[in-house]
Amino acid sequence: MSAAAQKPLLEVHDLRVRLRSHRGAVEALRGLDFSLARGETLGLIGESGCGKSLTALALMGLLPEGAQVSGSMRFEGRELVGLPERDWCALRGDRVAMVFQEPMTALNPLHPIGRQIAEPLRLHRGLGRSEARAEALRLLERVQLPQAARRLDAYPHQLSGGQRQRVVIAIALACRPDLLIADEPTTALDVTVQREVLALIAELVAEDGMALLLISHDLGVMAQQVRRLLVMYGGQGVEGGPTAEVFRRMSHPYTRGLFAARPRLGLPRGTRLATIPGRVPELADLGAGCAFAERCAWAEAACRSTMPRPVEVGADHAARCLRLDAVAAGLEPRADAGGAHG
Amino acid sequence: MLSWFLLKRLLTLVVTLAVASGVVFAALELLPGSAAQVVLGDTATPESIAALEAKLGLDQPALTRYTRWIGGLLRGETALSISYDTPTAELIAQRLEVTLPLALLAMAITTVAALAFGVYAAAHHNRLGDVGVMAGSQLGMAIPNFWFAILLVLLFAVKLQWFSAGGFPGWREDEGGGVLAALKALLLPALSLAVIQSAMLARVTRSAVLEVMREDFVRTARAKGLTRRAVLWRHVMRNALIPVVTLMGLQFANLVTSAIVVENVFVLPGVGRLVFQAISNRDLVVVRDTVMLLAAAVVLINFLVDVIYAVIDPRLAPAEAS
Amino acid sequence: MSATAPGFWPRALRHPSFLIGALLSALVLAAAALSLVWSPYPPADIDIPNKLAPPSAAHWLGTDSLGRDVASQLLVGSRASILVGVIAVGIGLLAGVALGCLASAQRGWVEELIMRVTDFSIAFPALLTAILLTAIYGPGLLTSMVAIGLAYVPWFARITRGAANAIWVRDYVLAARAAGKGRWRITLDHVLPNIASVLIVQATIQFGTAILAEAALSYLGLGTQPPQPSWGRMLNEAQTQIFQAPQLAIYPGVAIAVAVLGLNLMGDGLRDLLDPKLARQR
Repeated sequence: MSAAAQKPLLEVHDLRVRLRSHRGAVEALRGLDFSLARGETLGLIGESGCGKSLTALALMGLLPEGAQVSGSMRFEGRELVGLPERDWCALRGDRVAMVFQEPMTALNPLHPIGRQIAEPLRLHRGLGRSEARAEALRLLERVQLPQAARRLDAYPHQLSGGQRQRVVIAIALACRPDLLIADEPTTALDVTVQREVLALIAELVAEDGMALLLISHDLGVMAQQVRRLLVMYGGQGVEGGPTAEVFRRMSHPYTRGLFAARPRLGLPRGTRLATIPGRVPELADLGAGCAFAERCAWAEAACRSTMPRPVEVGADHAARCLRLDAVAAGLEPRADAGGAHG
Repeated sequence: MLSWFLLKRLLTLVVTLAVASGVVFAALELLPGSAAQVVLGDTATPESIAALEAKLGLDQPALTRYTRWIGGLLRGETALSISYDTPTAELIAQRLEVTLPLALLAMAITTVAALAFGVYAAAHHNRLGDVGVMAGSQLGMAIPNFWFAILLVLLFAVKLQWFSAGGFPGWREDEGGGVLAALKALLLPALSLAVIQSAMLARVTRSAVLEVMREDFVRTARAKGLTRRAVLWRHVMRNALIPVVTLMGLQFANLVTSAIVVENVFVLPGVGRLVFQAISNRDLVVVRDTVMLLAAAVVLINFLVDVIYAVIDPRLAPAEAS
Repeated sequence: MSATAPGFWPRALRHPSFLIGALLSALVLAAAALSLVWSPYPPADIDIPNKLAPPSAAHWLGTDSLGRDVASQLLVGSRASILVGVIAVGIGLLAGVALGCLASAQRGWVEELIMRVTDFSIAFPALLTAILLTAIYGPGLLTSMVAIGLAYVPWFARITRGAANAIWVRDYVLAARAAGKGRWRITLDHVLPNIASVLIVQATIQFGTAILAEAALSYLGLGTQPPQPSWGRMLNEAQTQIFQAPQLAIYPGVAIAVAVLGLNLMGDGLRDLLDPKLARQR
């Protein structure tokens, strides 16, 4: 799962995050590896609880109190794990920026829009009041917010969800960061607005040559937006590679399950939606072996005791599974269906 | 428009005041026996009672007396106090010279202390600082403010002799007082008033700040690269102020009544002590007018709180067309 | 979740706030109970030659300006505090809950009216009401209790109505209404049991406030009258002797603080234990 020839903008190696939960210390990210080059787009996909949002927070240094990070995250060659808060503040909003999932609550209800956009500009670029305001106006126009000039002095409650998300994007782009992290940026929006916002993000990312880390649970979105894809489960990447490749040759049982579970138009009536049996396990319950073993139709005894290492299955395409051959050969899963299904 | 909102609130204010005056008037009508009888006591003769009734205008129907009273208040003319034979307005104005500064001083101390401790506790959530503030505030809410006042007197007046044990020298130099001396006399009383209020307010501040810190927009602010301190002061505080200001409004009513007790501890010639003395003297005219003043003050403060809300929170003002 | 949910007592006994609070409150309650049958000396026994004596074997906390035993006064004084708490909270609960349930069950103009009146009354502090009533009806423990109780009615009414409104929209209540159950039946069977925990917490805390109010009234001379001992009045008397016997000012204040602190801590603990949703408000 390594990048192509150019020097990577972001290199993540064996990233682990321990969180405090009511069940004691829990490892929520269990060894994540990926890298991202300048201008590249990477998607993180998985169900809720797999650790994708946590990855985003870790990359911004915004993990909750008491979280312990180990492993390595190198941004432009600089190690981020253990970075002092002061240095994080210099990075955030300037070199690395984030767009969050919930636009309705992402903005301060008591500050006008213009001021909220101007804030990173004044902080990182030292712009004065009027300069920042002019730049904020430019940014609002870039994100295609209608009536931008009037909106500068408006308050968030006067805008719709889609409009607020555009403002959030404007804020993220204000200082032209090298890396944009978008955590489910359209999940909370209406379907019609989703496409517009995603298109906007794609356009802006291309224009500025930013690297994009897109987090979503939607395969359709990934197909269109990102060049490379990393499938996550149980705090790890279980399969990764160029999006087209991964779609073409799904190697990991979980990836297959995700695909099969997509609702599709045009199926005959009465077709039942395929589901992955079982439930996402609680992090505290994960054992030494593959996290997916409990729900996997191909699992064997070895799967539960040994952690699979990544295995090359194609050009720049790898997956963590002990049973790749069986899955690839299209062999039917065993009749006695490996894991204990709930 | 903001002004519509304020106009509506102003209307409510006037109506509430009118109702308040009705209630106060009616309450004093509930006296067993006539007011004159209460004033003169059990030993009064029927003739003296009748004479006092005539003097107080009690022989007239209730409605007439009520309108007389309200009319007088609005013109600035008040009835004569039974015990002092001076218009109540004069009496109250004199006493306000003590109580108003006392209340303001107490409120100032409360606000500063509560915000400081509340924010500190929130910033050190679940650590020693937080536990300390919570424990301290529990204690602060459990002790009677007049006991705290006595303890302050014990320490600062009896043991250390830095302050006097009571009394008020007056604001004017020629009466043996002066601004500094007057403030010094008000310091201990203001502290006693502040202790319970700031304990409660600190807790509300703390939980308000903690709530706001959990909000999404705080995360957005941090993602911009703002330091924790900048996030706290620029984004959290103003949002957290809303429940804090609510409580401060309610606390004012408490402050007013607590002043009654504290003024007695320190023998301060304030409005609180006036009410108390008037009750002991059965001076119902003074009681009626002072209570009306207190009620009006409470209503006014609540109105001010609403105004402050509208200023702090743009969501309250109806939106312009977007 | 209610007090009868399994595991309440084990959890309660492990909750530090509740435990300490309950112990302190129990201490005061025990003192009041004990005082009914015994006290070191009759609290009203005047003994002028022995006045302002320091603590000794004969008088554990010394004597006051009239030679009365301070420890006995403290012990018997707890009675007034407990009594005020019980009566005042009782009045507040009975009338307040009734009004609140009425407002919540009837909705419409009834609710509007009740809420407007309570909004106005809440701004009127308990102490002021008490002072007014004692002005009219004369000072005394009974008047104070009733006055404080009356001042609590709007508090309980508001809280009841707020909590009850949340219950009325629940599914099982809607089902009961669809089945034709009457409003009063629903109030009794469904609403009251579910708001009980909120009311218990509030009652505990108001108990503490009542003790403070009674102390203030007695300090002003408007509450418990002599010869019945009262912590508030003890403080007043101690203040006159503040130069000669400063320690007299300490004991009654500590007693009041212990009682109120115990009740507040217990109330906080109960809030955590009885309704986890309420616990978020800490």
